[in-house]
Amino acid sequence: MVNGKNLYVSASPHARSRKTTRSIMLDVIIALIPALIASGVLFGLRALVVTAVSVVSCVVFEWAFRKFIVKRSNTIGDLSAVITGILLAFNLPSGIPYWMVILGDLFAIVVVKQLFGGIGQNFVNPAIGGRIFMLLSFSSKMSEWTAPRAGFMNLGGVDALSGATPLVSDDLPKLMDMFMGVRGGCLGETCILALILGGLYLLINKVISPAIPVSFIGTVAVISAIAMLVKHEGAEYIAYQLMSGGLFLGAIFMATDYTTSPISTKGKIIFGIGCGLITCLIRLFGSLPEGVSYSIIIMNILTPLIERVTTPKPFGTPKKEKAEKKEAQA
Amino acid sequence: MAENKSLAKEFSKGLIKENPVLRLVLGTCPTLAVSVSVTNSIGMGIAATLVLVCSNVVISLLRKVIPSKIRIPAYIVVIASFVTIVQMLVKAFVPALNDALGVYLPLIVVNCIILGRAEAFAGKNSVPASFLDGLGMGIGFTFALIVMATIREILGAGTFLDSIDSLTKLFGVTSFTGFTLLKQPIAMLTMAPGGFLVFGLVMAAANRIAEHQGKPKAELSGCAACPMAASCALVKKDEKCETAPAKENEKEESAV
Repeated sequence: MVNGKNLYVSASPHARSRKTTRSIMLDVIIALIPALIASGVLFGLRALVVTAVSVVSCVVFEWAFRKFIVKRSNTIGDLSAVITGILLAFNLPSGIPYWMVILGDLFAIVVVKQLFGGIGQNFVNPAIGGRIFMLLSFSSKMSEWTAPRAGFMNLGGVDALSGATPLVSDDLPKLMDMFMGVRGGCLGETCILALILGGLYLLINKVISPAIPVSFIGTVAVISAIAMLVKHEGAEYIAYQLMSGGLFLGAIFMATDYTTSPISTKGKIIFGIGCGLITCLIRLFGSLPEGVSYSIIIMNILTPLIERVTTPKPFGTPKKEKAEKKEAQA
Repeated sequence: MAENKSLAKEFSKGLIKENPVLRLVLGTCPTLAVSVSVTNSIGMGIAATLVLVCSNVVISLLRKVIPSKIRIPAYIVVIASFVTIVQMLVKAFVPALNDALGVYLPLIVVNCIILGRAEAFAGKNSVPASFLDGLGMGIGFTFALIVMATIREILGAGTFLDSIDSLTKLFGVTSFTGFTLLKQPIAMLTMAPGGFLVFGLVMAAANRIAEHQGKPKAELSGCAACPMAASCALVKKDEKCETAPAKENEKEESAV
């Protein structure tokens, strides 16, 4: 792709940008730092160790696969493997055994990303691919939530501290606790404040467009409002639906992955609404408590089809319907 | 001598070079469904090999009698008879295997390896050659199943040769019921996605071996075979896309 054989360069003037893959990935890493700090505060040192293990093994797998198996140029410098590592770790409970983390990284980097050609070629988001692989393989360990603030230095077993995620528990934490992340859940998904801060950073730096996060979260809010009316719940039902599970983490950081989301704004909105719909369908009617990762992976796979129906028409070309009508009249 | 050599070739080609599952990509449905356990794979492999050998011989015997226009129904009738016999035998002697294989045992009738060998080989060749072709292909199928099942069972279920006693009971051995190897297996490998994953990896390995032996890779016929071809940026709008549908039509015509 980079050798430029199929790249036709038009005549000048050219708009230049200083953005490179590396600088964009660096921006995403910076945006993830608040959530990383929050996970350390909430779930203790083990959360940081899990993240570190995940990042290191992702980078090592990417380097080793390209060096020894496909023997192509190395791509660890673009930092995309680091992000996959952080995001996958954010999708895991902090009590997860390290070897499972490493296996999940192996699946995410080698199977989902490198076997399909590396960065820009992966068919679904690698971190979500890794998460679903682990969810299917180690379902009991993947749903053993650690209670937050169990002590910073707690590196050992956490069985005694496990509590249910608010999506399946009747004993709901306070709304403010939900917003600050003081609840059981995956490492990076609980602190909504930190995720929103990171999302704002990405929006201000124009790394992501607001289309996917807004339409994704908005769809979930609308459907939750309908469900609230049907179930005769109070207004806080919507807030709990929005802040539980991995909705914000998925909508801001994973659904917006360039490779696996549509290019045009119209396509992005369709993508976001689809994610929101599937999430709510799984949450409300499915047998699983959480559907964000499945919804994103399904829409990732549908992305080429969305692209096909939302291809923007170049300025000046006749509209298809009108042309067809003219033909019919003639 | 020359004839003996070519007969030996008919037998050996099914093992690796033209392995029905890994190189011809036939019979993937039973492969993915059954390769969860080694015991089931051995049972399925033996059942399919029996049907394949018998139907190849009978179809080869009848090849001058069967009119070419209705040869497919005729082949199916022959194959279905043998599948019924095999299923009755399995039900009588290894009922546990019958339960484990479920619908995939009667589905051997429409197994494309068996129909494929009838159409591509037994309908055109002599009885001894067809016998050896069926035997080689059957063993190749069993071999591919066992390779995949070994990976999937050990890593996915943590056991090896689990409930093998349902097969060895026939020879009076009931003491051995398999190993338990892993405490925390990777459960996904026993599910459908794991089946596809292992299938792809084993196929890649078979391609690599064939490449080392200087044989051409088993490849899809270009990007045109991909369902995403129309929207894919990697497909160049060249003659590949135009010729591929024509080829498919030819295949259909020859198959009908």
